[in-house]
Amino acid sequence: MTGELGQFGLVLALVVAILQGTIPLVAAARGNLPQMRFASSAALVQFLAVSLSFAALTIGYVGSDFTIVNVAGNSHSLKPMLYKISGVWGNHEGSLLLWAWILSLFGFAVALFGQQLPSSLKARVLAIQGLIGVGFLLFILFTSNPFERLDPAPFEGQGLNPLLQDPGLAFHPPFLYLGYVGLSVTFSFAIAALIEGKVDPAWARWVRPWTLAAWGFLTLGIALGSWWAYYELGWGGWWFWDPVENASFMPWLIATALLHSAIVVEKRDALKNWTILLAIIAFSFSLLGTFIVRSGVLNSVHAFATDPARGVFVLAFLIVVVGGSLSLYAVRAPQMKTGGLFAPISREGALVLNNLLLSTAAATVLLGTLYPLFLDAFSGEKVSVGPPFFNATFLPLAMPLVFALAFGPFLPWKRADLKGVFSRLKFATVFVFVTLGVTWWLVDDGPILAFVGMALFAWLLAAVAIEFASRIKLFQTNLAESWRRFKNLPRSVYGMTLAHLGVAMVILGITASEAWQSERLGVMMPGETVTVGGYDFTFEGAETAKGPNYDILRGTFRASQNGKPIVTLQPEQRVYQSPPMETTEAAIWPMLSADLYVVIGEEDGKGGHATRIYHKPFISWIWGGAIVMFIGGLFSLSDRRFRIGAANKKQQKNSSVKPAGAQS
Amino acid sequence: MKLKFLAPVLTFLVIAAVMFYALFHLDPTEIPSELIDHKTPEFSLSAVPGYGESLSSADLKAGKITLLNVFASWCVACLAEHPVLMELKRQGKIEIYGLNYKDKPDAAAKWLSKHGNPYTRTGMDLKGRVGIDFGVYGVPETFIMGPDGTILDKIIGPIMEKDLKNKILPRIQENLG
Repeated sequence: MTGELGQFGLVLALVVAILQGTIPLVAAARGNLPQMRFASSAALVQFLAVSLSFAALTIGYVGSDFTIVNVAGNSHSLKPMLYKISGVWGNHEGSLLLWAWILSLFGFAVALFGQQLPSSLKARVLAIQGLIGVGFLLFILFTSNPFERLDPAPFEGQGLNPLLQDPGLAFHPPFLYLGYVGLSVTFSFAIAALIEGKVDPAWARWVRPWTLAAWGFLTLGIALGSWWAYYELGWGGWWFWDPVENASFMPWLIATALLHSAIVVEKRDALKNWTILLAIIAFSFSLLGTFIVRSGVLNSVHAFATDPARGVFVLAFLIVVVGGSLSLYAVRAPQMKTGGLFAPISREGALVLNNLLLSTAAATVLLGTLYPLFLDAFSGEKVSVGPPFFNATFLPLAMPLVFALAFGPFLPWKRADLKGVFSRLKFATVFVFVTLGVTWWLVDDGPILAFVGMALFAWLLAAVAIEFASRIKLFQTNLAESWRRFKNLPRSVYGMTLAHLGVAMVILGITASEAWQSERLGVMMPGETVTVGGYDFTFEGAETAKGPNYDILRGTFRASQNGKPIVTLQPEQRVYQSPPMETTEAAIWPMLSADLYVVIGEEDGKGGHATRIYHKPFISWIWGGAIVMFIGGLFSLSDRRFRIGAANKKQQKNSSVKPAGAQS
Repeated sequence: MKLKFLAPVLTFLVIAAVMFYALFHLDPTEIPSELIDHKTPEFSLSAVPGYGESLSSADLKAGKITLLNVFASWCVACLAEHPVLMELKRQGKIEIYGLNYKDKPDAAAKWLSKHGNPYTRTGMDLKGRVGIDFGVYGVPETFIMGPDGTILDKIIGPIMEKDLKNKILPRIQENLG
């Protein structure tokens, strides 16, 4: 019964989405206000209908209803509850339903929070959201129905891939989808602006919160995925340049560029066409990611079971959405009025440089991701493009980006004096040399690139600190005054400072852990002690145990430094029965200065165990930095300037004089 | 219309065209196995209980072309290709050996009695060690073994019509000819 309700919800949502995608669009063209308002009601109904459907599938999973093919194929009655729920989106059909649900949630959010938007813009934005919804709902109903029944129902389900039975991965897809789908709102705003032929600072202010939210979720989603790879796959790696990782990284790069270019639109009324193009490309990359994962054209560890019909559908959808919107861009963008002029050395100039580097980086990642496909298509040769390509192309773009990032916030709008900025960054230069000296003294060896990385870290950290200190006039005035300035800074300034600080943290984490990791792989006997990265690891022995739906081989290691005990580490190897599979659960002791990372393997038949022990300096800073970036995004999001409606009220204030204190 | 505004859509169309082609004509799972043209890894495994003699690498050097099929009772896709294997067995033109991958002996025996046994010999790779030597990363997989135990070709996933036509039947002709 719940299955049929879910099915009903999907069909209802489709009908509503079709109406939402057409009526308001026509109404906006004709200026019919009541029909434009229909968009908001439709968005609400669509959200409720998809919610019903999503709830129905979740109930199917929680209650292990094996009459539903999707549940039987991906769940198991003995699975812990968390993974029964995360199993809902741990498969192709369910993850699409999650996508559609988040899409309808965002549509509803636009309807709810966008009360101050001009009616025609709001109607058009919601209509585009509706049309995207139509595509996804059709895709679900025709090629990937999660509510298909199975008769006779099997006694037991087949279980979820054990690698996916993990808290990190339970939440990785929802965050990633919040990011991907969040970009659909920015996309809808861009298309609506193209239709209206108008992009102005107010538009940029309306779009910015959605871009920020999507960017924040993407940041967190990508970080969760890489963290999962780090602790679950047991090799200590955290990024593999896998096609699907790239598929999430490209929209992130473009969304980052978009965040910055939208600032120029907002403040200076320039870079409008470019911003629109970025908004279209960002969402296009989200869809491209979907195509790559679900069509089977590229081989990836992430690929879902593939079906040619799905590939054809997604590709057709991609052509309609991306091809259609880029064509619209080609027709309408030339008529867009261009705004303010600026000198190359200026805040705008710095943001243009940021955009050029970020989008070139996204383009090289795209090239590396699709190159095997192109080569295979044109010559039949099979290659895989791996880390060497990406390191060789991505790093040379990332390094000047970070170098210039330090300057950007110092530059005034329109025209700047580079010499003045250099003199303000004197201290940063000193700090770079001190950092390099300390690093050299500590490790006295390492690749050149690692020292470049450390220099960039120090440079950015110091620049961010100096910039923030100068805003609050730290040491230039008394502390009380600085504190007052600190409290009165706009939230978006905190946001920027935190986000840039996060970048510095990520650089430190990547550089130090890649360059100065120590490891020891080998068989260890109980009682044996090895030294890795200055820490002594004593292998106490291994035991077997039973988990809820797996068998455990658990090793015990005591880690100590100079005889001082640090921690007891218990890595596990788990053997699942349904489906039969082994997973490694690395034991990780994260510290500020390094992670201790221990993996245990099978017995060698002589009482010893295969072990892998790593000492990874500063690696936690990669994820710590990502979280700081996310928090920065939240700060910016809460800035009153972007609070919904703020722009409109300000306009009212300008047009009609209000009594003092009436400002929102 | 200026070219700079058309460039994005043109770029996209090129990418879309290649993806369209890839969707219908390319298969990314066709990774040329590192092991192709190499000798079979050495192994010796006992049979699924009740299903004949044990299987070792010596059986794969039988002086004629044979198939080594990796299967398991927990594997759903194996059921999909099972009729193909049964038909090959019925025709009797090529020997099929079954590598029972990470399975339980009882479950495997039950599965074979329920669905039929296409294999001349079976070997139980309980821990998947032999599978690692063969580079198995999913079940089912089928290896085409040369007369001297060289791995000639590999089919990943269930044996499809096109695999039968392009990969297996020509080899059977070689055997007969």
